Amino acid sequence: MTASPRQLSTNHLLGIKDLQATDIELIFETADNFKDVLNRPIKKVPSLRDITIANVFFENSTRTRLSFELAEKRLSADIINFAASSSSVSKGETLIDTVNNILAMKVDMIVMRHPYPGAGVFLSKHVNAQLVNAGDGAHEHPTQALLDAFSIRERLGDVAGKKVAIIGDILHSRVALSNILCLRKLGAEVMVCGPTTLIPRYIGSLGVKVEYDLLAALKWCDVANMLRIQLERQDIAYFPSLREYSMLYGLNKKILDSLDKEITIMHPGPINRGVEITSDVADSHHSIILDQVENGVAIRMAVLYLLAGKRG
Amino acid sequence: MKRSILLEGQKFQITIQRLCHQLIENHGDFSDSVIVGIQPRGIYLGRRIVEELQQIPGLPNIAYGELDITFFRDDFRRKDSGLLVPSSTNMDFIVEGKKVILMDDVLWTGRTIRAAMDALQAFGRPEKIELLVLVDRRFSRQLPIEPDYIGIQVDSIDSQRVIVSWNEVDSYDRIELLTERNN
Repeated sequence: MTASPRQLSTNHLLGIKDLQATDIELIFETADNFKDVLNRPIKKVPSLRDITIANVFFENSTRTRLSFELAEKRLSADIINFAASSSSVSKGETLIDTVNNILAMKVDMIVMRHPYPGAGVFLSKHVNAQLVNAGDGAHEHPTQALLDAFSIRERLGDVAGKKVAIIGDILHSRVALSNILCLRKLGAEVMVCGPTTLIPRYIGSLGVKVEYDLLAALKWCDVANMLRIQLERQDIAYFPSLREYSMLYGLNKKILDSLDKEITIMHPGPINRGVEITSDVADSHHSIILDQVENGVAIRMAVLYLLAGKRG
Repeated sequence: MKRSILLEGQKFQITIQRLCHQLIENHGDFSDSVIVGIQPRGIYLGRRIVEELQQIPGLPNIAYGELDITFFRDDFRRKDSGLLVPSSTNMDFIVEGKKVILMDDVLWTGRTIRAAMDALQAFGRPEKIELLVLVDRRFSRQLPIEPDYIGIQVDSIDSQRVIVSWNEVDSYDRIELLTERNN
């Protein structure tokens, strides 16, 4: 006999906003089992052997795309990859047309990254496939938030009650928004820290503390999640120079040593060494940056598996 | 709902002990054999058998693992199955060149065992796989799979259910056959 079936409450993964805390717990429990699979000599299971997944990337990505691709392969799904830079998008095709053309080839699920916020939500209303948002502009990046929270749970035992500071370019970061929503749903306390110009004005309404002083944020937190300065999204100057930003908000060994406790350091990548974090910190035992990458595959396997289970 | 008890109490224990002795006949001191309980309900049978075997002098160390087969099932996404949430796999050995004895509480269609053989491949190529079940629901197989060791055999129809309860989790050992009244 099998236990009573548990399912996700959503048909797509568009953002953490749509998930219940029980959904996140279910994803974590499933990911625990996939992590176990990934540590075996044969790292593959046949669950999704009759599913075809298209990875549609309208924006550059290394980690996320590879991580999704590996997760799909470990689940035995068939995969097609699509990068906008080498496609007919440059010939003027619309998003719905592009995706419907891909779906006409009998694709079941779409993993999409897009530079415009809400692209996934929009598409989910117009196409007949399950969607996984792999990042939409400065809006959400749900699988990153899930793997971040999963990594905190793995390192500290639990997420509830932990103090997490998200430090850096909050304004342009989809990782920040998804992380805030995810950590709050799991009962963590969240603080954002950065220059005033890079903190959105009404961010406090999400139930987070705001701090402009790096040292004060580090003294408060158990976990510091360092974000990259997203120069490619900054159309105006938000601070005088990278050097000045690094002096005020860069994490280095000296400031870590001045704390009277050990904190866990995270970074969603890609790292700009010497800007938001120095090499000695990024490579130290405080850092779980590579654990995050490892957990990313297990989390994405869990998300794809649970969503595929809803296809019926 | 009509419940009829097929086996309980001392008879249940005698059946377990008989299965243990049949295993010893074929596997000797278990130096080349491993026992694998199938999640979620086969693990109680596996644990009980290992516990009984270890009471016997000369059989102190028996390799025992628990295998989850959820990701290997062939009814994933079939309408009647719902979503199958996994249990944990605990296998701290590889089965390369070993004789594996798979254990599950009830053998019915055979599909779980097919999935288990598939899942086992991730842990190496065993020399041989045998199957031990506590209850064999005869004449209801959908795959060509037969057990090597059988606790009891039951003739039942598809709408009936066989429930195995374990002292460890249900506070008594019992095998029951459940029949809907209107059948």
